[in-house]
Amino acid sequence: MITTSKKEIDKIVFGLLSPEKIRKMSATRIITPDTYDEDGFPIEMGLMDTRLGVIEPGLRCKTCGQRVKDCPGHFGHIELAMPVIHVGFAKTIYAILKSTCRGCGKLLLDEKQLEKLRKLYKKAVERGENTSYFVKEVVKLASKVTHCPYCGREKLPIEYDKPTTYREAGHKMTPSEVREWLEKVSEEVGDDLRLLDINPEVARPEWMVLTVLPVPPVTTRPSITLETGERSEDDLTHKLVDIIRINQRLQENRDAGAPQLIVEDLWELLQYHVTTYFDNQTSGIPPARHRSGRALKTLAQRLKGKEGRFRSNLSGKRVNFSSRTVISPDPNISINEVGVPIVVARELTVPIRVTPYNLEEMKELVRRGPNPKPPAGVVYIPGVNYVIRPDGRRIKVTEENAENVAERLEAGAIVERQLQDGDIVLFNRQPSLHRMSMMAHRVKVLPYKTFRLNLAVCPPYNADFDGDEMNLHVLQTEESRAEAEILMKVQEHILSPRFGGAIIGAIHDHISGCFLLTYKQREFSKDDAIRILAAAGYRGEVKEKMSGKEIFSKILPEGINLEYKAKACVGCATCVKEKCPYDAYVIIKDGELLHGVIDEKSIGAFKGVIIEYITRKFGNDAARDFIDRVTKLGIAAIMVIGFTTGIDDEDIPEEAKLQINEQLEKAKRKIQELIKAYEEGELEQIPGRSLEETLEMEIMRVTGRARDQTGEIASKHLGMDNSAVIMARSGARGSMLNLSQMAGCVGQQAVRGERIHRGYRNRTLPHFKKGDLGAEAKGFVSSSYKKGLTPTEYFFHSMGGREGLVDTAVRTSRSGYMQRRLVNALENVKLEDNGTVRTTTGEIIQFVYGEDGVDPMRSVRGKAVDVDMIIREVKNE
Amino acid sequence: MKMDILKHKLVPHHEILKEEEVEKLLKTYGIKKEQLPKILIDDPVAKAINAKEGDVIKIVRKSPTAGVSVAYRVVTKEII
Ligand SMILES: [Mg+2]
Ligand SMILES: [Zn+2]
Ligand SMILES: [Zn+2]
Ligand SMILES: [Zn+2]
Repeated sequence: MITTSKKEIDKIVFGLLSPEKIRKMSATRIITPDTYDEDGFPIEMGLMDTRLGVIEPGLRCKTCGQRVKDCPGHFGHIELAMPVIHVGFAKTIYAILKSTCRGCGKLLLDEKQLEKLRKLYKKAVERGENTSYFVKEVVKLASKVTHCPYCGREKLPIEYDKPTTYREAGHKMTPSEVREWLEKVSEEVGDDLRLLDINPEVARPEWMVLTVLPVPPVTTRPSITLETGERSEDDLTHKLVDIIRINQRLQENRDAGAPQLIVEDLWELLQYHVTTYFDNQTSGIPPARHRSGRALKTLAQRLKGKEGRFRSNLSGKRVNFSSRTVISPDPNISINEVGVPIVVARELTVPIRVTPYNLEEMKELVRRGPNPKPPAGVVYIPGVNYVIRPDGRRIKVTEENAENVAERLEAGAIVERQLQDGDIVLFNRQPSLHRMSMMAHRVKVLPYKTFRLNLAVCPPYNADFDGDEMNLHVLQTEESRAEAEILMKVQEHILSPRFGGAIIGAIHDHISGCFLLTYKQREFSKDDAIRILAAAGYRGEVKEKMSGKEIFSKILPEGINLEYKAKACVGCATCVKEKCPYDAYVIIKDGELLHGVIDEKSIGAFKGVIIEYITRKFGNDAARDFIDRVTKLGIAAIMVIGFTTGIDDEDIPEEAKLQINEQLEKAKRKIQELIKAYEEGELEQIPGRSLEETLEMEIMRVTGRARDQTGEIASKHLGMDNSAVIMARSGARGSMLNLSQMAGCVGQQAVRGERIHRGYRNRTLPHFKKGDLGAEAKGFVSSSYKKGLTPTEYFFHSMGGREGLVDTAVRTSRSGYMQRRLVNALENVKLEDNGTVRTTTGEIIQFVYGEDGVDPMRSVRGKAVDVDMIIREVKNE
Repeated sequence: MKMDILKHKLVPHHEILKEEEVEKLLKTYGIKKEQLPKILIDDPVAKAINAKEGDVIKIVRKSPTAGVSVAYRVVTKEII
């Protein structure tokens, strides 16, 4: 019996296994392809031999004598009847064959060339540089040689057929011949093998042609017993069975002196099985499949790709103290908080060390047990799931033993307390594309089963509530909690490092609400004013009658001075500032909103001028407070004022409809004229364009203008009393284009930027005449969404829509891959204290970070300082 | 016709540092010469200013963030 001893890894050497080594480390030779006998017992010298380890409880390993849990498993081996090429080294073998002599095995370089390469190699090693590209150079030099400089043998051209076939001057070499050649090479080339990127201390080239195949322990390819009692073997075992079968047949045929042709066929089959055993996606050969048609998952497939050992198990790990559930909104919690369902809070724990100072408190906590009944009026109090005694024993606290465990609690123990309000946790939504995808929140334990989050943090997470799920991680150490608190809290990320502006802010109804509240001079009764301000957390005097701007000013911090154009600004030629007829010029003096309307530009996520200003001037606490208040204010205001939208928001008067139709008719006539001019050869050609292209461009221009004009006509009849318009103009949701497509006309549909032209021969659909170039036949949708599309219009619209969907799908996958490459390339780059950007080896990438040394998160929209702002501030004081 | 690439508007200012300047540079950043970014000896500009292996070149270029930014590169021969 082998007892396990503690071993420390000193170093790892990558090399090749020699046949002797494989035999030496083998617990048994495997000779039979059968696995179990009739009684379900592993067959000796079969693939499931108990000397290779055990997977069934109760059995003992014949090699180490241990049971399932303790036996690590042991290798076996298969003696191959004939050698086969190892696919993993096929390219290396090719390089060796190309650069050595078959006659004497020496490198096809003269002494002078060799000496030069040796010197360069030595230098590269001293400098710690990559030496793998010496192979290329050697092969390049050798390819120029016609006769061996040592024995004079002619160098015949070597060809390589993927995956494992080599030809010398067209004559196919058997693996045995290749192996003989490689043996000579190891004898003759010796230390110069390093030039071929081979370390002769740990690898000899002929070992790349296998004569013995290691059989991995059964523990790496366990069989599973189905419910029916049937046994199902691992893919690797299946493949090994194939190898042994063919190996046996090859051996028998060869020993019986079968015709060369049959032996060669079997030999090739063995090569196929060994190749697919290593990599079942080798190009040039069909993958081995199950009876069901599923391709087998062999060695390479276990490691490769997203689901492989590296990306799935080593780079990406599953963790404890985490949970995942659907998210939903809660406007009543702070942006710093996250609502955690009671069931989740009872499962996740925070470790608390017991000290003489908190011993009594902890005893009380443990006494509660894992499922305490909260006192009346309280929905939740935390309990304890586990206690870790000072000796390291972990005790599960149950209702029955709680009292007992509490009594025996002593200083030095660790109590795993369930989550309670105020615990700090990490909250994350995939894809984690930027640092704001994972932020620290304070727990608020709430009923029901979803995570709750404030609507203002939706933009950084890019979250909505159509079924999105998010992950939550409970921090387990003091350091991590401190770090999260200082660096990762939501309020620390109000300004984004992406563009140096606010990324957290009001959305949708918050913006509509503040817009309605502050637009022009809306008056509020004392009752309404109190209702709105109380919701926003304002406590203080309220006048008898208040304007919306006065109400909004109550939540602005004192000492705020700002002047900017709102989102509602239409960009007049000369701005009349405070006399703006659209109330779109915002002036805030000492915390008083004097002019202008509050909209997306002021408080919105990504824009939020006020949020940005408060964060810079008053800090993150003030900004968090402002965001919490302004969102509540917006909601309260929209509820007092009342707001709704429906399809009747796109109702336009009969007269407007006539005007729109008139415009559309005009456009269609214009198109007919253009077509006529084209057909009669009178169309004036645009330089550098064909006549057809000119026509298309002209028509596109007409259809584009037609949509704009109909949109203008429609908008003329949709005023600021229209909810949809309010949402579009304030930046809350939707755009004027959306509105004009609903009320006016949808416009030209395009695929690849051109009018729709594919479909049937010389026409898009059988509804049209062949060669029809008119508006309707080429995808112009003159109906509005509200009116409804005709069948042909609907079809063209779907074509345009499909292109959009495909584009997004392609874009996301491509940018995802690009991001992965970029992250892998830059993950070791680090900013040093002196402002230089360096790799782990201290090589300089940038002498000053970003060339200007500015942290974009602390910048003003990318600039180090906002000069205008400073001047204005100095002037005002 | 051979043109002076140093005069092209897309080619930033390159100059070879003096021995003392190199020493000072390495001291300020606390690095060895090999840790500097590299420029190949057969780089067109390196050839134009006659740089030799091991020289350190100071490059002053326009920067969209900083206005003017300074970088240093050590001249290296390609291995092989
Ligand atoms: Mg969603
Ligand atoms: Zn064992
Ligand atoms: Zn030779
Ligand atoms: Zn304006």
